[in-house]
Amino acid sequence: MTKKELTCIGCPMGCEIEVMLEDDGRIASVTGNTCRRGDVYARKEIEAPRRIVTSTIKVTGSLEGASCVSCKTETDIPKEKIFDVISELKGTSLPCPVKIGDIVLSNAAGTGVDVIATSNVR
Amino acid sequence: MTCYEVVVIGGGPAGLAAAISAYENGCRSILLIERDKKLGGILNQCIHNGFGLHTFKEELTGPEYADRYSRRFYETGADLMLQTTVLDISEDKVIRAINEKDGLVTVKAKAIVLSMGCRERSRGALNIPGTRPAGVYSAGTAQKLVNIDGKMPGKKVVILGSGDIGLIMARRMTLEGAKVLAVVELMPYSGGLKRNIVQCLEDFDIPLYLSHTVTKVEGENRVEAVTVSEVDENRKPIQGTEIRYECDTLLLSCGLIPENELTQGLGASMNKVTNGPVVDSDLETSIPGVFACGNVLHVHDLVDFVSEEASDAGRNAAMYAAAEPRYKVKTKIPVKFSKEIRYTVPSSVVLAGISEDIKLRFRVGNIYRYKKVTALAGDRVLAKKIRKVMTPGEMEEIVLPIGKLKDIKGALEITITVEDND
Ligand SMILES: Cc1cc2nc3c(=O)[nH]c(=O)nc-3n(C[C@H](O)[C@H](O)[C@H](O)COP(=O)(O)OP(=O)(O)OC[C@H]3O[C@@H](n4cnc5c(N)ncnc54)[C@H](O)[C@@H]3O)c2cc1C
Ligand code: SF4
Repeated sequence: MTKKELTCIGCPMGCEIEVMLEDDGRIASVTGNTCRRGDVYARKEIEAPRRIVTSTIKVTGSLEGASCVSCKTETDIPKEKIFDVISELKGTSLPCPVKIGDIVLSNAAGTGVDVIATSNVR
Repeated sequence: MTCYEVVVIGGGPAGLAAAISAYENGCRSILLIERDKKLGGILNQCIHNGFGLHTFKEELTGPEYADRYSRRFYETGADLMLQTTVLDISEDKVIRAINEKDGLVTVKAKAIVLSMGCRERSRGALNIPGTRPAGVYSAGTAQKLVNIDGKMPGKKVVILGSGDIGLIMARRMTLEGAKVLAVVELMPYSGGLKRNIVQCLEDFDIPLYLSHTVTKVEGENRVEAVTVSEVDENRKPIQGTEIRYECDTLLLSCGLIPENELTQGLGASMNKVTNGPVVDSDLETSIPGVFACGNVLHVHDLVDFVSEEASDAGRNAAMYAAAEPRYKVKTKIPVKFSKEIRYTVPSSVVLAGISEDIKLRFRVGNIYRYKKVTALAGDRVLAKKIRKVMTPGEMEEIVLPIGKLKDIKGALEITITVEDND
């Protein structure tokens, strides 16, 4: 058995949750949470943590003199892919204009998730 | 001189929502004045997600949230002056502003909404000993550099202050390739949202030192190192606890101050705790016809509440401009509160002619668990709520229902108390 500690982000209570893991990695128990949301959160965090990634990507030919445009992964991606997505974004640039919702990078780092623009740049 | 029914000063989320709401409440003579070249205020540089959960039931980034409100604003057809800075406002509501194209502009308003937002506490206001080399930035300035200008302020970073901007920047700088050595917080708790502590620090193994502060900055031209020390319960550094970090950048995220030069110039009464104007439940300041909302009134952590509050301010401004009699003579019932609470907005309640529940927003001064918050008028309970936890970093609210308020005519004060819930 191994123990993992995490903080629930479900509400400002911020319960300290303890998750006990079997030797084969299965979850044996979740304790310390005050409500069910904490249990769900802890299981997801242990089994498959996911995050939305936000960053910027370089643009060229902007009429308003912008050098980059803000962007985000359209849905959450596996946490361990965060830096892969960021480094793919760094290697890319795109011409203006860019509109909110435009795909700026498709299938980012093989996650199957697109990165889309979150602001408008002329 | 051009005259408007309602003039809104500042085009961030507060100003946008106020102008839209003034329009929705029948006003057809609205001017919005914004200093920047773009609407949206601080949201344009907040490229992270987490905005609009309450309003749109989805998690937007700052620029997306700003875009939704900007589009609604443009649909109203209200007048807009961009790249125009308001210099002062006179008591008879003449506004002087300046821009490159027209020089000095003066407009007259029947009602004014103040929504100038806030700015960051600067290093001058913090008194850190040591040299004053380059490489010390406020977290918001760094955010603008990275997210708008695409430039990195440095490679090895220490962050003083664990408010949300500091936490968000710890992650942002890490993603951009910098090494964030530590986030240092003077208080024994973080002022930031739990979610940001987990997703901005723990995700990237960035250490957070509570009850610590920066006691020394070294470097001739550029920051070369900072020293961090633990503090005692009086927030005085403890000898012998120093840790020295070699770094090239120090970010300061030490709180926001409402931007109230205009409000003070106007002679409005100010609240010493919030650094914003004193307002009644119509969000009207001590100057009749001048309303305030958003971060200029009190610092908000969630933009959704900014938009909601600003909507109320915009509606009241439109009604004032339409010469609704209820704004003429007001009886204000003061709001008092127990010591756990630092302030309430509004600080008084006006009952005559109300048409909606009144929402009181407040902040507590410490972390409190399992408490009962009660709003009373004399011995009559107006509202009661049980809170599992309240922290200084998260704004609280209690709603006074209109039905109950109608019965308390003649009440001398409203009191908000915090007690153990057992
Ligand atoms: C770094 C950071 C991160 C945040 N993260 C979140 C989050 O994750 N989720 C969330 O919900 N909220 C978040 N917030 C909070 C929320 O974004 C703010 O509370 C909100 O944007 C405040 O809106 P405002 O309109 O009052 O002020 P601002 O956005 O600051 O707008 C004020 C506007 O007034 C203009 N102005 C000022 N003075 C003048 C003048 N004299 N003449 C003309 N114009 C003037 C300014 O240029 C500016 O555009 C965050 C805030 C910050 C700073
Ligand atoms: S477990 Fe429930 S009460 Fe505890 S932090 Fe999570 S959501 Fe809040």
